[in-house]
Amino acid sequence: MYAYDQLDRALINERVDEFRDQVKRRLSGELTEDEFKMLRLQNGVYLQLHAYMFRVAIPYGTLSSRQLRRLAHVARRYDRGYGHFTTRQNIQFNWIKLAELPDALADLAEVGIHAMQTSGNNTRNVTSDQWAGVAPGEVEDPRIWSELLRQYTTLHPEFSFLPRKFKFAITASAHDRAAIKIHDIGLRLHKNAEGETGFEVLVGGGLGRTPFIAKTIKSFVHGHDLLSYVEAILRVYNQYGRRDNIYKARMKILVHELGIEKFAQEVEEEWQQMRGNSLTLDDGIIEEIRSRFTYPAYEKLPHMPDELKKAAHDAHFERWRKNSVALHKVQGYAIVTLSLKPVGGPPGDATADQMDAIADLADKYSFGEIRVGHEQNLALPHVARRDLPALWKALDKLGLATPNVNLVSDIIACPGLDYCSLANARSIPIAQELTRRFANHDIASLIGRLHINISGCINACGHHHVGHIGILGVEKNGEEFYQITIGGRADENAELGNLIGPAVPYAEVADVVEDIVEAYLALRVRPDELFVETVKRLGVEPFRERVYATR
Amino acid sequence: MPLVKNGKITDDVFAVVADDAEIPEDGALIISAARFLENPEVLSRRVGRTGVIWPNNRDLDDLVPYLDRLALVALVFPTFRDGRAYSQARLLRERYGYHGEMRATGQVLRDQFLFMTRAGFDAFEVKKPADAEAFAGTVQRYSVFYQPTGDGRLTALHRRMLSRHSERANQ
Repeated sequence: MYAYDQLDRALINERVDEFRDQVKRRLSGELTEDEFKMLRLQNGVYLQLHAYMFRVAIPYGTLSSRQLRRLAHVARRYDRGYGHFTTRQNIQFNWIKLAELPDALADLAEVGIHAMQTSGNNTRNVTSDQWAGVAPGEVEDPRIWSELLRQYTTLHPEFSFLPRKFKFAITASAHDRAAIKIHDIGLRLHKNAEGETGFEVLVGGGLGRTPFIAKTIKSFVHGHDLLSYVEAILRVYNQYGRRDNIYKARMKILVHELGIEKFAQEVEEEWQQMRGNSLTLDDGIIEEIRSRFTYPAYEKLPHMPDELKKAAHDAHFERWRKNSVALHKVQGYAIVTLSLKPVGGPPGDATADQMDAIADLADKYSFGEIRVGHEQNLALPHVARRDLPALWKALDKLGLATPNVNLVSDIIACPGLDYCSLANARSIPIAQELTRRFANHDIASLIGRLHINISGCINACGHHHVGHIGILGVEKNGEEFYQITIGGRADENAELGNLIGPAVPYAEVADVVEDIVEAYLALRVRPDELFVETVKRLGVEPFRERVYATR
Repeated sequence: MPLVKNGKITDDVFAVVADDAEIPEDGALIISAARFLENPEVLSRRVGRTGVIWPNNRDLDDLVPYLDRLALVALVFPTFRDGRAYSQARLLRERYGYHGEMRATGQVLRDQFLFMTRAGFDAFEVKKPADAEAFAGTVQRYSVFYQPTGDGRLTALHRRMLSRHSERANQ
């Protein structure tokens, strides 16, 4: 965990005071709605279909139990008793009252949580691997750099009015869990031949109506130069990004229109003029930030404790363990994913009671730490393997042990037309129906890894382009229709999915997905050929035939 | 539209010259970029003080050679959402060493004052009188800054390093 010092605390308290003043000026009419809109967006407040929606940042997906309890408190006191975890390591509350927002922010500020820049045309929450610091084989903990970037991007005096929103993601593992290739700047931490830490920098990724996979702009930027290089990119974008058309304003369009070589040259010229300036991070500064991350005092524990051997006779436990428990870098410990995708539930939601209970379990079993992943699940990052049976029992009681992590019912979905004023179609009921169709664990397990992503409109908050199966809601003559893509992925081999054919009506979506899955089961050459691999090998055609032959 | 300079509401000593009006040899004047570039050598050597209003989509290269002869550069925020002039301001101050008055014009509102100050602006044509009156309080709202800019405020990172060094010195 990163511990805020008095400077970090002072800044977020000052931000709360500023926002309180802005709300006051809006309520008194001193600010027009147009003027206030920008200001509230800079602090994570949207006006949705029914109410204001409030988005709170969980930087690089790390939460303490104390912070999670405070989120539960906000859900209970200011909202309707639940929150929704998003694909960018944020949590959203859907029913907040404008006049109470400053108090909610003040409550969160007490535990070092804020909503700065969780929306608006600025640099958004810096996201990272939810297994950062605990994944085996990781080069080093990317959160040190995430925190440096968090501070650097917070209330930046030059880049708070960009052409459009701007997102960073960082990974330090070979397997990318942070989806860095669909971000404006994706950073892959690695070491050069001299063993020095640096980053492969990728730019211009993003989804929305014109999706692009990010391209490498520089294969190694030294850690010392990270902030100056990032500033050079932001400056080029701030000056040359399009502002005439909101749909062409993301940096991906600038990178695409200039071409990556020309864009890289512009950035390089800018960077050469500022390299070595006051943004340079010397080792002392990096160490200073690193020193404020604390790590658990792990015990020396066996990989196969008696508790685990005994529990192995329980088929339900084993099913969950095989699905939701991952290897930890320290022997005797495990990373446990908590599925927020129960059968029939809206993906990514947690009740205030669940949040409190998870905080208690984190204190008991995970050194008080919780992680939030972009797949809209939570994780306990430091669980002793001997505690797994007891933890499982507790999670099962809370409805948080659905053994469907990375399986077909582990669906990413945006709030859709049930909440969102931009949506054309519903997302949540589609997800709920699919989880019912694939509720049988043996079948889901037979199918294997398969990500379904659902967006209720072209803005793609549900990342449909990079779902193994992507579902996009559109509106046709006042009715909800859905376009289906297959073959997308958001990992280190990120790709955009391909459309299988004409959009289908709401009532047929689940049937179509079942057809696609059946086709895959018939077409795969061996049980461990993943859905995306079969699609890669055969293309869209056999799936298209299967889906549309009888429609 | 009130002008805030040195933190206070001030009378504007500069007059804006319309593009079709004659430019007198003396008096403090603000000239458009297009007009200025028709004859920059002569205009930048006027007897009176000269200011130029520079659009936010125009490269600074054409302006840079004359900076040390200009008394004022006005940058433009066509709407408060358009942040290009923040980059121009920092470049003028931090890269090209411009020391004259740098004025924010256009849709200049209270909640931008501190960003603008940090980017190097020292004069503000403020849209609403109430915002102009609130200037001094608004720019003092924050005590912590994460980024180094040309305004000289110490960043949080550097303050932490300094306090580490002083702790060590006291040991």
